[in-house]
Amino acid sequence: MKEIRVHGRGGQGSVTAAELLAVAAFADGKFSQAFPAFGVERRGAPVLSFTRISDEPIRLRTQIYEPDYVIVQDPTLIEVVDVASGLKDDGMLLINSDFDPETFDIDTKAKILTVNATKIALDIIGRPIVNTILLGAFAGATGEIQPESIMDAVKKRFPGKVGERNAEAIQEAYNMMKEARI
Amino acid sequence: MPRENKLDKEKMVVVEGSYAVAHAVKTCRPNVISAYPITPQTHIVEDLSQFMADGEIPNCEYINVESEFSALSALVGSAAVGARCYSATTAQGLALMHEVLFNMSGMRLPTVMTIVNRALSAPINIWNDQQDSISQRDTGWIQLYAEDIQEISDMTAQAYKISEDKDVLMPAMTCMDGFILSHVYEPVVLLEQDLTDKFLPKYEPEYTLDPKDPLSYGAFADPNYYTEFRYLQEQAMQNALKKIEDVANEFYDIYGRYYGGLIDEYRTEDADIIIMAMGSVIGTVKDVIDKLRNRNVKVGLLKVRAFRPFPADAIRNVVRDAKVIVTLDKNITLGLNEGALCTETKSILYNTDINVPVIGYMLGHGGRDIKVDTIERIIDEAHEVIRNGIKTESQFIDLREEIL
Repeated sequence: MKEIRVHGRGGQGSVTAAELLAVAAFADGKFSQAFPAFGVERRGAPVLSFTRISDEPIRLRTQIYEPDYVIVQDPTLIEVVDVASGLKDDGMLLINSDFDPETFDIDTKAKILTVNATKIALDIIGRPIVNTILLGAFAGATGEIQPESIMDAVKKRFPGKVGERNAEAIQEAYNMMKEARI
Repeated sequence: MPRENKLDKEKMVVVEGSYAVAHAVKTCRPNVISAYPITPQTHIVEDLSQFMADGEIPNCEYINVESEFSALSALVGSAAVGARCYSATTAQGLALMHEVLFNMSGMRLPTVMTIVNRALSAPINIWNDQQDSISQRDTGWIQLYAEDIQEISDMTAQAYKISEDKDVLMPAMTCMDGFILSHVYEPVVLLEQDLTDKFLPKYEPEYTLDPKDPLSYGAFADPNYYTEFRYLQEQAMQNALKKIEDVANEFYDIYGRYYGGLIDEYRTEDADIIIMAMGSVIGTVKDVIDKLRNRNVKVGLLKVRAFRPFPADAIRNVVRDAKVIVTLDKNITLGLNEGALCTETKSILYNTDINVPVIGYMLGHGGRDIKVDTIERIIDEAHEVIRNGIKTESQFIDLREEIL
């Protein structure tokens, strides 16, 4: 079983990201489970969401404490939240940032990767919404999920032009991060 | 009878728990829905409102109300004229319904209401525990608890069939843990309309309010009559014991899924330690049991699906040969220092030839996560009871002593 934690701020679509990841993983033939950290949702406040992916049906209902992967939508969260908490040593931390991974002082043995998802979002979608793009980057960096499954899930959730542009941005992020695959 | 659940991946979709419930309600063809939105129940009524707006629930009235008290009151009237009714609520909303719960049950009006279990204020807390429904245990409502979203979805149709049975005629709560199940996305087979039509016949009550053939519901019953009404309610609950089992079997025959009837068992054969629990913690406990069974720890699970009526005989049969019973309660009976499942379990073993110690743990209140490590520690302590007897009969676990 692989466990993924998404850090974001209220309004950034962290819960949607976890959900789309679960939909995509199931389309890949796996079992999946996604859930929010059940906060009182406020725009801008730090939020958490979780996804589990497994070859077997998933029964576990605890929150995720020792993730294999962590996705950070907003790098300013790193100063206020321990985003690497419990992250496995052989895991991966993916940050939306235009800085190099080395610039982040984070206490973890896991590999840190960065992707400038905000730039991709502004260039292709025209709005700084990065949740779906980070899923593309995640698929590229880990190989845990087929990019087509993510694009299909996104297009189904956001029909029409919005979905199409998101799919394009996902492909772009996937291609960029595939080279950095862990 | 334990059965293999068929895992039909082809038919599964990944949806939110609340959506699966709303969809299940739709296939049950309700005539009247009335509910007041409250976290974490809100998504269910939002989805149902959307179905209504899209014309997907024919022959149904959605009654907007200003409170939960009115929501259930509207259903009392609707059920009395023969409508199949639905509501959903949680915590403070359910507490506000308290008086009407007795009315609905006392008038023997079938209905189904999803309880999205949540802690009660004060202090205000919107997260999960089961204090809300447990606190309504004496209102004469059937109470069923689900472990995942497939079960709560399937249980919705089952609950109508149980509630509307002419030997039962009691309203039913189907309980799902707030957020943990209501807001989770996982693969589920949404109830198919054709199968639900086959499983759940049209509701045809023997008696209804009708101006052409007048009768009265809930009228005055003086001391000469009141006791007999209460006695008949209890008889109806006893009849529900069998009906809950029958309906689970009928459901299996049509849909191919089975989650237990009154109870379900998991690896209880030869178990020295039997854990009893209700709701979403079941899945985590099963994972822990598999892990410990690999180390030859003889531990099993008794899942309590029906809390009312309480399945005394079914439980006795399973625990008879155990060395210790452990109850997990997401509620507190304040003033007794134990949870309701602990109290009920002890009560059904007294005056029998079963002499198995019972220890109770109160946990998971107000949304506190129940971790694998906590379940493992509880099982360790159960071993200690087998070796040296009971030291503490019932206790809170994961208490943060440092902030007391």
